[in-house]
Amino acid sequence: METEVLKTYFSALEPLATFEEGGEWLMVQVPAPNWKNIARKLITERNFDFLFCVTCVDFKTHLTMVYHLRSMQTDETVVIKIQLNRDQPEVATVSDIWRTAEFHEREAFEMFGVQFTGHPDLRKLILPDDFEGFPMRKDFEDPINMIKL
Amino acid sequence: MYSETTIVTPEASQQPLLEGQLVINVGPQHPATHGVLHLVITLEGETIIKIEPHLGYIHRSIEKMSESLTYRQFIYVTSRMDYLSAHINNLACAMCVEKGMQLEVPERAQVIRIIMSELTRIASHELWIGAMAMDLGAFTPFFYTFRERETINDIMEQTCGARLTMNYMVPGGVMYDLHPEFVARVKSFVAQFKSKVSELEDLVTDNIIFRNRTVGVGVLSKEDAISYGCTGPVARASGVDGDIRKRFPYSGYEKLEFEQCIDTAGDSFARYIVRIREMYQSIHIIEQLIDAIPEGDFQAKTKAVIKLPKGEFYTRVETARGELGVYIVSEGATTPYRIKYRSPGFSNLSALNHMAKGSKIGDLMATMGTLDLVIPDIDR
Repeated sequence: METEVLKTYFSALEPLATFEEGGEWLMVQVPAPNWKNIARKLITERNFDFLFCVTCVDFKTHLTMVYHLRSMQTDETVVIKIQLNRDQPEVATVSDIWRTAEFHEREAFEMFGVQFTGHPDLRKLILPDDFEGFPMRKDFEDPINMIKL
Repeated sequence: MYSETTIVTPEASQQPLLEGQLVINVGPQHPATHGVLHLVITLEGETIIKIEPHLGYIHRSIEKMSESLTYRQFIYVTSRMDYLSAHINNLACAMCVEKGMQLEVPERAQVIRIIMSELTRIASHELWIGAMAMDLGAFTPFFYTFRERETINDIMEQTCGARLTMNYMVPGGVMYDLHPEFVARVKSFVAQFKSKVSELEDLVTDNIIFRNRTVGVGVLSKEDAISYGCTGPVARASGVDGDIRKRFPYSGYEKLEFEQCIDTAGDSFARYIVRIREMYQSIHIIEQLIDAIPEGDFQAKTKAVIKLPKGEFYTRVETARGELGVYIVSEGATTPYRIKYRSPGFSNLSALNHMAKGSKIGDLMATMGTLDLVIPDIDR
């Protein structure tokens, strides 16, 4: 029931949105250029005020950003997914909408090489400044430290 | 939604310091960071202008490591994340695997898991109170809290075989049955805790020096706590009712009677008092269960090789620090395709700059201490 309401909402908000079901929550895939507008509407109109998990997954052909959102009032949860080009991953930052995204985006930036446009302070957070490559990608290899999947 | 904070543009962060400003480094080795955390602090006089955390001194890339370990193995690497709530980390991972397998956990195992989790929570809070009081200059509470913590560690050692990284959870239950003396020892611990914790409260809670250093220091508003993704006692001290045990009960917490400890002041003292009250609630939970551990299996029967179906699974638990989320992307193989640990410390730390800005450098220890940062949990 709740899922159906959310689905109707998303279809009206973003005609290009596609849905995946079967998981615990509704998963919505949205196009990268429209993400910022959708994010603003989600917090003002549907009150999704708690961004509790931000991460990136490397599917070898493309990268996917995954945002888990929850409303603290209603416990409604939605998962937003954004497919990115693996050679030039770029998506708008949401750190001005949910402050917690600032650190999580920095982590995705250094581990996967995703560029967050408009991020206030996009620098390496965990890795040393001179580190080369994106260690969480599937094809990353480091012969010296014997990292290989 | 959140109060306005100035946004640091890339150009601004490279700007030279203004006259009268000073940059100091706290850490990586500093007695008050309890681990290798490096903070670069810009000061004007004694007032904090900006705090930049530099992480990664003990980054082991547990997420990448987990991608090459099987579903039975990866659980035990997470003990090394938040080593003070090792049990609860293991529980989150075991629950995520169980969710993927759609496995029913025997009732006895669930009760054992809750008792162990609550004992871990008490041990973690005890250590935190001792360490935090020491940061603020009080040495005695450290010995008081470690006396109780030691008793818990002994109980753990007897049943799990280890004192800190217990590795007691397996998908489908727990690894061994309880030690025959377990119930009696937990009962004697409960009695000991109840009589001794008042000593600690006399020493710290009503101490005028402690109050002066913590009341009104490092205030975090409710909106900011949500926006920064804070969870656990940090968020609850700001009035966010986000206890996972209450809102999304797991492993049988829904059958228990306990209170979600909430304060609205949002300052360092509120974070302290929330943790103290949480320890009483944990004792209350243990008392409800210790005489009613059901008989039966302590482990469900599972296949030797676990394979999760293709899909995504997310579980969350309430550790001593807040919401720990485990997000598994499975491609149907024997190892996870991708694992993300949403660690509570990482999000709580991101609020530090906002909380400490504008206060004096001396107050930073109270603010940072009450966030209860465990560095391996942040770095992962």
